[in-house]
Amino acid sequence: MGAQQIIESVNQHQLKTDLPKIFVGDTVNVHSRIIEGEKERIQVFQGVIIARSGRGINETITVRRIVDGQGVERIFPLHSPRVAKIETIRHGDTRRSKLYFLRDRVGKSRRLRDRRRKLKHTEGVKLSQR
Amino acid sequence: MAISLLGKKLGMTRYYTEDGVSMPVTVIQTGPCVVTQVRTLETDGYTAVQIAFGDMQARNSTMPLIGHDAKAGSAPKRHHREFRIGADEVASYELGQELTVDAFADHAFVDVIGTSKGKGFQGPMKRHHFSGLEASHGVERKHRSGGSIGGHATNLGTGPKVKKGKRMAGHMGAERVTARSLDVVKIDSEQGLLLVKGAVPGHRNGVVEIRTPRRLYAPKARKQTERMKG
Repeated sequence: MGAQQIIESVNQHQLKTDLPKIFVGDTVNVHSRIIEGEKERIQVFQGVIIARSGRGINETITVRRIVDGQGVERIFPLHSPRVAKIETIRHGDTRRSKLYFLRDRVGKSRRLRDRRRKLKHTEGVKLSQR
Repeated sequence: MAISLLGKKLGMTRYYTEDGVSMPVTVIQTGPCVVTQVRTLETDGYTAVQIAFGDMQARNSTMPLIGHDAKAGSAPKRHHREFRIGADEVASYELGQELTVDAFADHAFVDVIGTSKGKGFQGPMKRHHFSGLEASHGVERKHRSGGSIGGHATNLGTGPKVKKGKRMAGHMGAERVTARSLDVVKIDSEQGLLLVKGAVPGHRNGVVEIRTPRRLYAPKARKQTERMKG
């Protein structure tokens, strides 16, 4: 076994197997575990996935939302135990893999159209009302 | 007891602890090593143990080495290294004994020694962290220079020479480096893997020595004694 395969096998135990199918352009709820001393609580961050990068254990998503008129982006490592759950709320239609252009958009043009294409493998997710 | 093993640096990855803290780890293929020689006071005048690591085809080895390894009942090995041990520890090693990564099972820290990556001929700024000269104010063609190297008779008293050990440009890297007191993150005895926190000297697939730490700073020493107890 090559060195890289051994490292992959080390990572294998840490990878989550129950990750939902998520795509760039989706609006998601990311539930992150916040540990404050002894206590632990869940914080939900809702926003649009504008980038997905890295592979395997290093895979991350960048989620963007607008708070009080100010854009906020958070990067979540998908396989981190601190990310408890990811829920898809709606699928946005997009043609690129990185939606950095959304940073320059203001107002209505910030929204993405609902995705209609290639939805057969994401059954069970309701399209939001038009 | 001081333990030293040989291993191979496989590469780096990340490791999540149970509370979700991500830390950088280096994966080291540690052992199995074979004791190929035990040096005792009676026969050699000092005490040490020689261990071997890494398989090798017999046709690539030499007859003397093949014979040496065969004495320990081992197939030809690629790397041999000798480690000094105390006179009281000699009895715990015997010829042909196999040492695995489990030797570090109750250790919270290890030292890792490797040969650093070669950087070639480097200037004093990269090699010795000099500041270089200014970008302007009349400096021409000497921005990365080391500056004056002092009078040529300084501290020597004799003749026209630069002081010995003066830091200048020269060959950098490819030297023995010890990374001390690295946290042991995980031990995989099935595959013989050792995961230590942080980076380790040398390139991937480089041979490294892993040993029990020589000295620990007080907080780490406390952690280690707790580990030994529990």
